[in-house]
Amino acid sequence: MLTGTIIYAIINSAILALTAIGFNLTFGISGVANFAYGAFYVMAAYGVWMLIHMAHLPYPLAVLISIGFTTLSGALMYRFVIVRIKGQTLSEVIATFGIGLSVLELFRYFGFVGFEYTLPVFHDKSFIIAGAYVDAQRLFILAFAVALIIALWLFTHYTHLGLAFRGIAQDERTALTFGMDPDRIASLAVSFGAGLAAIAATVIVPLGSISPEEGYDVLIKALAVCIIGGLGSSGGVIIASVVVGFAERFTDSYIGSHWTMIVSLAALLVVLVIKPSGIFGKQKELEERI
Amino acid sequence: MKRRKERIDRGIKARSQDIFALSSWREMLYLAGPRLLPVLICLLLPLILGVYWQKVLMSVAVFAILAISWDILAQSGMISLGQALFFGTGAYCSGIMNHYWGLSPLLTLPIAAICGGLISTLLLLPVLRLRGVYFSMVTLIIPLMLVRVIEATKVFGGTEGLSGMDPLPSTAFEVYLIVILLLAVLFGFRRLMDSDYGLVLKGISDNDRSVINAGINIYWFKAQALFIAASIAAFAGAFMTHVYMFVGMPVFALDYSILPIAAAVVGGPGTLAGSVVGAFILVPLSEVLRGIGGLRIVFYGVFLVVCIVALPEGIFHYIQRKYHQIERWVEVEK
Repeated sequence: MLTGTIIYAIINSAILALTAIGFNLTFGISGVANFAYGAFYVMAAYGVWMLIHMAHLPYPLAVLISIGFTTLSGALMYRFVIVRIKGQTLSEVIATFGIGLSVLELFRYFGFVGFEYTLPVFHDKSFIIAGAYVDAQRLFILAFAVALIIALWLFTHYTHLGLAFRGIAQDERTALTFGMDPDRIASLAVSFGAGLAAIAATVIVPLGSISPEEGYDVLIKALAVCIIGGLGSSGGVIIASVVVGFAERFTDSYIGSHWTMIVSLAALLVVLVIKPSGIFGKQKELEERI
Repeated sequence: MKRRKERIDRGIKARSQDIFALSSWREMLYLAGPRLLPVLICLLLPLILGVYWQKVLMSVAVFAILAISWDILAQSGMISLGQALFFGTGAYCSGIMNHYWGLSPLLTLPIAAICGGLISTLLLLPVLRLRGVYFSMVTLIIPLMLVRVIEATKVFGGTEGLSGMDPLPSTAFEVYLIVILLLAVLFGFRRLMDSDYGLVLKGISDNDRSVINAGINIYWFKAQALFIAASIAAFAGAFMTHVYMFVGMPVFALDYSILPIAAAVVGGPGTLAGSVVGAFILVPLSEVLRGIGGLRIVFYGVFLVVCIVALPEGIFHYIQRKYHQIERWVEVEK
């Protein structure tokens, strides 16, 4: 029981990290809290489903097209909506939330609800590790999450674009004097975030089915992980997803599934009250409390 | 006879946007008109509306009160994402008093407003020091958590909720109670925010450290603002409990947090009147759109986005500016 719980907790942490990393990237670089994040996640999953079942495309091609399309729609959202209200946090949140709401409810309106809306697994085999059944998809998610985090780290530290991302995040005005265009970088950051949501969706959705509710859940989970870790800090996201992932699995197995959500929300509250900028966030004492 | 155009505020605005010099009935009407018109509309509407639209008017008023409460908090520098917390505690307070102790609704309404305000203020007291987005996050999380706690511990009826509350005497009484309260809250708190007391609150939102420098205890003022805003929202919650004769987990739903913010932002934050304008547009809009079924929320979302992108200042500020710019024909003096 204990080893099984630990294994599933690790996988749960990987899933949380995958769902949160796109939201975190967008916020960390452009400062835009993208509340349409869950909608992008669900949109990508439905996109793959439609391409496979309606256009009869092969699976890998469908995945590529869907991720590309989601990335593009992120850029379009920045270009036509966010750029006009950038800097007004409340307006940004309401506008992106409005977009997410419309997209999710549109899917619900067209009747995309049910168990048949799921994606194929990469490999349907399961292994027995230390006495617990683990299927190949979950192991793949774990490996994929680690690979993606390493790839992102390499990208932000060794490529021109990645360095520009970090430059804008650190100091927008200084970056401007080096010829980096904040608007272009921010639009790329929003579209990359959407693309990461799409990647997470194609990997995670095969475990269950797609539904519009999933969009709201993904948004809340991503928010929780990002706040606990410290908004905009990538190390924090990993630590926070491990903390939340373990806390969720252990309350689920030992206390009861009713308490799962309460435990993660309570963790969130405690972090906000004690260290508002999150475990790994940069401490800005006077900005967070007075 | 030659004529020319003249702005209707010519010679009335003495020193600034809102200091006026009035010297005739016409000039007084210029100021009183925009204030009397909504009062008349609010008081006469229940007489001409049918039963269904009277219910809609009630929920307009409730959401307008929630939006005003949000705006008072926002003007004091506390952006709340959890109006549902205030609404829900008020609703549960009156529900419990009526269901377990059998108090009459006329007693539970005011007591629930005070108790709900007190409980919400006490819950948020430890995080009063948090600023900006961190305070908002806490207010967003607490109602989500209270729902789960009620679900897990099964207190106050658990997922079933409490039903069978006593209704208010009549529908007309309900409508007029909430509409008159809305008007009182709107004009009362507009006055309050213009007084020295309101000036301190606005100062806290502009620059809290310089207010501290002035020797003012900002935590005490913030707690008072929180109590005021929470109490009026709790009254709205208690009112809805007796209208629906039911209280349950839906009172902590995200709708009661998001719709008031949307109303305040679409209508124009910082004026209180904007919140009412926003509620009078958004709530009936969502009722009209009910006819098209599931697409309702889609249109709703699109409308929000369009409003925010096209009119970031809010509808009320826009109308106010345009009203002052109206021109009339006058004779040219020789």
